[in-house]
Amino acid sequence: MNITVQVNGVSETRSVEPRVLLVHFLRENLGLTGTHVGCDTSQCGACTVLLDGAAVKSCSLFAVQADGRKVTTIEGLSTDGKLHAMQQAFWDQHGLQCGFCTPGMIVSACHLLERNPNPSEAEIREGLEGNLCRCTGYANIVKAVQQAARAG
Amino acid sequence: METMFGKSIKRREDPRLVTGKGNFVDDLKIPFTTHAAFVRSPHAHAKIGKIDTAAARKVPGVLAIYTGKDLVAGGVKPIPVGWLLPNIKVPAHYPLAVDKARHMGEPVAVVVAETPYAARDAAELVEVDYDVLPAVPDGADALKRGAPPVHDDAPGNVSFKWSIGDAKATDAAFAKADKVVKQSFRNHRLIPNAIEPRACLASAQPGTGDITLWVTSQNPHVHRLIMAAFVLGIPEHKMRVISPDVGGGFGSKIFIYPEECAAVWASRQLSRPVKWTADRREAFLADAHGRDHHTEAEMALAADGKILGLRVKTVANLGAYLSLFAPAVPTYLYGTLLAGAYTTPAIHCEVTGVFTHTTPVDAYRGAGRPEATYLLERLMDLSAKELGMDPVDIRRKNFIPPDKFPYQTPVALLYDSGNYAGALDKALQIFDYKAFRREQEQARKQGRYLGVGFSTYLEACGLAPSQVAGALGAQAGLYESANVRVHPTGKVSVFTGSHSHGQGHETTFAQVVADELQVPIDDVDIIHGDTGQVPFGMGSYGSRSGPVGAAAIYMSTQKIKEKAKKIAAHLLEANEKDVTHEGGKFFVKGSPDRSKSFFDVSLMAYLAHNLPKGLEPGLEALSFFDPGNFVFPFGTHICVVEVERDTGYVHLRRYVAVDDLGRVINPMIVDGMVHGGIAQGVSQALWEHAEYDENGQLITGSMMNYALPKADELIPIELARTETPTPVNPLGVKGAGETGTIASTAAVANAVMDALSPFGIKHIDMPLTPGRIWEALKGKGA
Ligand code: FES
Ligand code: FES
Repeated sequence: MNITVQVNGVSETRSVEPRVLLVHFLRENLGLTGTHVGCDTSQCGACTVLLDGAAVKSCSLFAVQADGRKVTTIEGLSTDGKLHAMQQAFWDQHGLQCGFCTPGMIVSACHLLERNPNPSEAEIREGLEGNLCRCTGYANIVKAVQQAARAG
Repeated sequence: METMFGKSIKRREDPRLVTGKGNFVDDLKIPFTTHAAFVRSPHAHAKIGKIDTAAARKVPGVLAIYTGKDLVAGGVKPIPVGWLLPNIKVPAHYPLAVDKARHMGEPVAVVVAETPYAARDAAELVEVDYDVLPAVPDGADALKRGAPPVHDDAPGNVSFKWSIGDAKATDAAFAKADKVVKQSFRNHRLIPNAIEPRACLASAQPGTGDITLWVTSQNPHVHRLIMAAFVLGIPEHKMRVISPDVGGGFGSKIFIYPEECAAVWASRQLSRPVKWTADRREAFLADAHGRDHHTEAEMALAADGKILGLRVKTVANLGAYLSLFAPAVPTYLYGTLLAGAYTTPAIHCEVTGVFTHTTPVDAYRGAGRPEATYLLERLMDLSAKELGMDPVDIRRKNFIPPDKFPYQTPVALLYDSGNYAGALDKALQIFDYKAFRREQEQARKQGRYLGVGFSTYLEACGLAPSQVAGALGAQAGLYESANVRVHPTGKVSVFTGSHSHGQGHETTFAQVVADELQVPIDDVDIIHGDTGQVPFGMGSYGSRSGPVGAAAIYMSTQKIKEKAKKIAAHLLEANEKDVTHEGGKFFVKGSPDRSKSFFDVSLMAYLAHNLPKGLEPGLEALSFFDPGNFVFPFGTHICVVEVERDTGYVHLRRYVAVDDLGRVINPMIVDGMVHGGIAQGVSQALWEHAEYDENGQLITGSMMNYALPKADELIPIELARTETPTPVNPLGVKGAGETGTIASTAAVANAVMDALSPFGIKHIDMPLTPGRIWEALKGKGA
């Protein structure tokens, strides 16, 4: 069936099978491979994108569920070639190693600050509980979110 | 020019990774790609009868279905083992099971289709006649009389029996001991779980016979060598293996796996690219697992706490087949580490490697060394308890003194350098031990149970001197190569055999090159993970990228400097001996205003119309660095926990880590690796556990029931370092990738046992879950 999704500000119309997951739609149909797949049980959060501004796991939604809605992926966060404050903070604070969890982590963290612009350390850790990182032990991810929060 | 070595330069790989522009295997697209899905055995042990593919073939888009028999008929050979031990049994491991499936998840057939969805649909329709047989998933059980055999050619399920140390001397030590402390330990099985699942894309060119394989590999040259020469019989020069951005490995991406062999084979059959990406379920079932030991250990001590001897008997569960480095992990990477940081004069260790009906076990972050450290550091605490000593005092009493290096242990290793008490002292400066014991006392009165655990670990990394590795059974040397190419404009491409899958080599290696060649770091590119560009490489594991990989790069830069100086001297019409290389310029000592830049020299190296007589044009150097020894990082980790008496839940309260990693190229990156390593070690102590039921079904086969650490379960880590350079490599660096994992498991377990000591609990096997602790407390009537 045909769906139209606004992805990173661009309206995209494609024909998809009803069973195609949103993450596969983004990666395979639109070539937006920044959104990753790390699991099959909605645990890892590598696939996190913003759907109408809220963080969702794009592996647990069908593409058709995004019809007529707005999706922001990691590729849509930076504007005019300038890194988003959260991307900058992950870079500055060494919040990534292999970088595979990173797009989902950054998108989740953006949504976290959206809801709570001044989170405590505990609130950051809790807020990122749906995103797994195997490399960093989270210490520098927490610092990155704190930096982005300070940046406002 | 600013020195880069030792600076926390921000990572040069990050801009692409934070913007979603990474280049992971599953991101790659080439036209006409087909997709593979594997049919996997749902049983731990079963005879494979008829495989009916009729229904599967009807799925639209299905191109081919291959079984184990098809591959054998097509000339595919078993996947070999890269490390052999005396009298080891190496049963054939075919990419697809031929007659029997020997672990749950073993691939039995592969479906190739136009889309991944079609491939999976069809794989589900392949009907395999299984004759289910009894299975034995546990290593100790597999040795019992009458245990179901895993392989006909490995009687009693034994792959090897191995020992190290002096049994007689150890017996003598025990005979004269004042105290013998005995404990059995279970070092349970773990699943690596890099967040990027394994993936491959094989593309055969029918016209030329060339084949390119993109694969999530920590060592692409080894992948190529083994697949080309041993498994598939492809001329090596016709095969190119590329390992682009890789999302974590932790050991699991070292090995040659069935899936990529099958994909390459299928691509050659179909003359189409074949892609496969594991889902997480497959990662749980088919990535090599880690650890899984049953150990009986005993320590002989004098009354004053001096260790006299150590005796260790371990049964190592190897899984259903020998994975690439599996034999080395519970032997040479384990038994040799049992001296730790201590002067133990007599050690004897026996290891039995056992086949079971489980996923193969191989190197997982630390590989053998965490197992050794865990039992040794636990024994230190248990011994201290028995002797009424403080855990810090017993460690100090037994440390190898700093003036005794190089130090020969009774288990083969020659330690390079160390100051173990120095690291402990520094950790105790950060952690006020006396104050903690007072607080602990107070808390106990209020019914709160705090505990502290120490781990004064040592590890051996920087794998490894080729001669030594070869003598111990490695089928290849473990040097590293580096080709440094200076272009005519003075820009530099570095081709390294190390592979970065999170370690930040594009930054740290460039720091070394920028310093040595005195060029801006932006002029240096690090190229890795491509057999088409890098001359050769042994890859990254065993914390070897710094001590071996970066050292090879350093050697090449020295060769380049030497040649550049010759050219500069010629251009300056000076004697080579009078020319210096400072601030990015070559000039005659004392007259810096008449100088030649790196650009001038590089350009002339290629224009070549004004070179010293007899000097070849070009400015490029290839080096192979083969270290003379391992390197031996060490340190002190201190963990504080609080155990809830009512629930058995363990709260991490504080974690202090003082590591000595030799000289450090980039402190920020090293800190990051230590953080991550500690998270994995802590997680083994408290949460992670790969469990099989008695039929060999993996019951922790997804992220829902295998407890990976989350942000809200971990705490900030207080890091510090001491710095004892190593003489083993020209950079003085030791390895940093595994220390956190090696040290931390014991620190956490010791802390939990310290917290539980008022209840008379001495030992609980990991993971120290609320359930296990609660049971133990109940057992003590608490
Ligand atoms: S891929 Fe979506 S949560 Fe793991
Ligand atoms: S950076 Fe590797 S998983 Fe997070």
